[in-house]
Amino acid sequence: MKVRAQIGMVLNLDKCIGCHTCSITCKNVWTSREGVEYAWFNNVETKPGIGFPKEWENQQKWNGGWVRENGKLQLKIGGKRRILANIFANPDLPEIDDYYEPFDFDYQHLHNVGDTKHQPVARPRSLISGQRMEKIEWGPNWEEILGTEFEKRKKDSNFNEVVQKDIYGQFEKTFMMYLPRLCEHCLNPACVAACPSGAIYKREEDGIVLIDQDKCRGWRMCVSACPYKKIYYNWKSGKSEKCTFCFPRIEAGQPTTCSETCVGRIRYLGVLLYDADRIESAASVANEKDLYQAQLDIFLDPHDPAVIAAARAEGINDNWIKAAQRSPVYMMAMDWKVALPLHPEYRTLPMVWYVPPLSPIQSAVQAGHVGMNGEIPDLKSLRIPLRYLANMLTAGDEAPVVRALERMIAMRAFKRSQQVDGVEDLDVLKQVGLNAVQVEEMYRYMALANYEDRFVIPTSHRAYAENAYDLKSSCGFTFGNGCGDGNNDVNLFGTKAKGVRQVIPVELKD
Amino acid sequence: MAHLNLFAFGIYPYIAIAIMVLGSWIRYDREQYTWKTSSSQLLESKQLRKGSIAFHIGILGIFLGHFAGLLLPKELWYLFGITSSMKQMIAIVAGGIFGLICFYGLTILIKRRLFNPRIRATSNPMDIAILLLLYAQLILGLLSIFVSMGHLDGTEMLKLMAWAQNTVTFNSVAAAESISSVHWIFKLHVFLGLSLFVVFPFSRLVHMLSVPVQYMRRQHQIVRQRFVR
Repeated sequence: MKVRAQIGMVLNLDKCIGCHTCSITCKNVWTSREGVEYAWFNNVETKPGIGFPKEWENQQKWNGGWVRENGKLQLKIGGKRRILANIFANPDLPEIDDYYEPFDFDYQHLHNVGDTKHQPVARPRSLISGQRMEKIEWGPNWEEILGTEFEKRKKDSNFNEVVQKDIYGQFEKTFMMYLPRLCEHCLNPACVAACPSGAIYKREEDGIVLIDQDKCRGWRMCVSACPYKKIYYNWKSGKSEKCTFCFPRIEAGQPTTCSETCVGRIRYLGVLLYDADRIESAASVANEKDLYQAQLDIFLDPHDPAVIAAARAEGINDNWIKAAQRSPVYMMAMDWKVALPLHPEYRTLPMVWYVPPLSPIQSAVQAGHVGMNGEIPDLKSLRIPLRYLANMLTAGDEAPVVRALERMIAMRAFKRSQQVDGVEDLDVLKQVGLNAVQVEEMYRYMALANYEDRFVIPTSHRAYAENAYDLKSSCGFTFGNGCGDGNNDVNLFGTKAKGVRQVIPVELKD
Repeated sequence: MAHLNLFAFGIYPYIAIAIMVLGSWIRYDREQYTWKTSSSQLLESKQLRKGSIAFHIGILGIFLGHFAGLLLPKELWYLFGITSSMKQMIAIVAGGIFGLICFYGLTILIKRRLFNPRIRATSNPMDIAILLLLYAQLILGLLSIFVSMGHLDGTEMLKLMAWAQNTVTFNSVAAAESISSVHWIFKLHVFLGLSLFVVFPFSRLVHMLSVPVQYMRRQHQIVRQRFVR
């Protein structure tokens, strides 16, 4: 047993209101630079829809993630030899139009247009070529609240094997949910395995997957290999960039920017201990539907004395072990089993998990549309097809999704009877395998969701681990390259100065 | 004229190689963030695939051909029973084929770089300059085939081999003398080739030093420690 610690995240989709605050704060902190205008380390998609980049979940098209061949794991884009053979031109790379052409508007035109008969408009201009764009075609939330017609949205691969998917195009039958997406900081990351330069790595202390900007050479294989398409190629710097899980904040014991600013309080951060020796066997189980359980099996119980001893032997600090014992992520994924991994069938063992959305069910129950199964409504007649959620969260296995949804309904039923009727309805809990203590905890964590319960992040004690004297007069957070950014007025090697956005020309031409 | 010849083919090669080696070293050491392939595939993929694959196959073939043709001593070729005229024929045919493949690819890449608005707008001056330099060098090389066809006995080629081999063994005067009487197309080709060495560390060409051969040997997963304990 080799114990390693990881900061994991859970997103409670049941409470996501799709406000995009996470995306915007993330954008402002990390990707408001030339070259990554199109990149959203965090974006929120409305489902069903094909998403950003287009059809990212369709691995027949993009070949992301891992496949199992002869019992062994292999990248879907191919073995090492095939990756190197394709190094001159990557056949599986999305183009900028699969994301969207970044743009800004000619606001200046509104100021200096002069006297005209018609209302002046600020028209869009490409941030890449500087040319006028006639039409904006796509974006990180293009299908917002069921935008675009169903014919296009139904290409969503989560509809695979959903019976009669066409009926969900009808107004009365339609359904939607939000899916905020970020890097999954996987236990078995495909991007790391695909990088020819070995520039991407997983940090041993907290499991954050990062790209070494100095070592990246821009071969672009990580973009293809990542099944979540959460690695972005910076066309300006020629390097790939990705979500950093806000590691400077995490190291200081603070939540990531997206989590901190989430107004719906849907995000949870906590430590998980896992057995690194069993990653490969867990990721290569034969049946895709067993992947969810296989991943649960490699998480270790932080209260188990043997695990604690092994963790200490690996040099994991006591404050990390304590944090693992209070980890909301562990509770939701392991104790209550309400959080599920996103697309476990990609075999990357993702570490950002999701609580499936419940609200559309509850309103249908109240309107009398749903049959009851004891205290619990019959989930078979849900507005969001179970199979759709199962395709997204459990490789198509509906049972874990049903369990998670039923437990959340039971929690509501129990709390309602307790608060409104003044009785403890223990039957409803028994039906879903919970007890009153557990449900009170669930209620505290999922309904109240206090800051200190949502974010249990141990500091990395950087002040002790590093020799602060060595850091004197150093440059803090940089793109590597020491204190230089590769750009100055007389630099022989560099490019145009960063931060100068000369994209919209001063002289406007039509 | 003799002085110019001595400078261009006896001294300039060492200046060029020194700039390439030192320049690359300094850039790798101090400016690694700029060390990259500078791919523009994200902005345009279809033409790139057509052009880049052909260009790279062509130029790798040409590079290996020049390496073997210029630097392997002629005695080694004789040992395998390959006379100078036979060797020149091999060079013409192989160089011609790879040269044409490279020409096809490079033509597409230049057209794309100059006329695709996205690629043009995101290009550095050096990105364009390096393509045009390579194009000029390739065209000179292809033109030299016609000169070679004029005398198939291999004597011109032996002079160029003598230049290259004298250069790498630091006989700079002998090197400059051995090349002094070859056709001007060859001289220009050699001079431009040396100039490519000069621009090498200042351009994206440095990515060829980072061919990821070690990828074949490494483990799939990489774990690093933030703080060394």
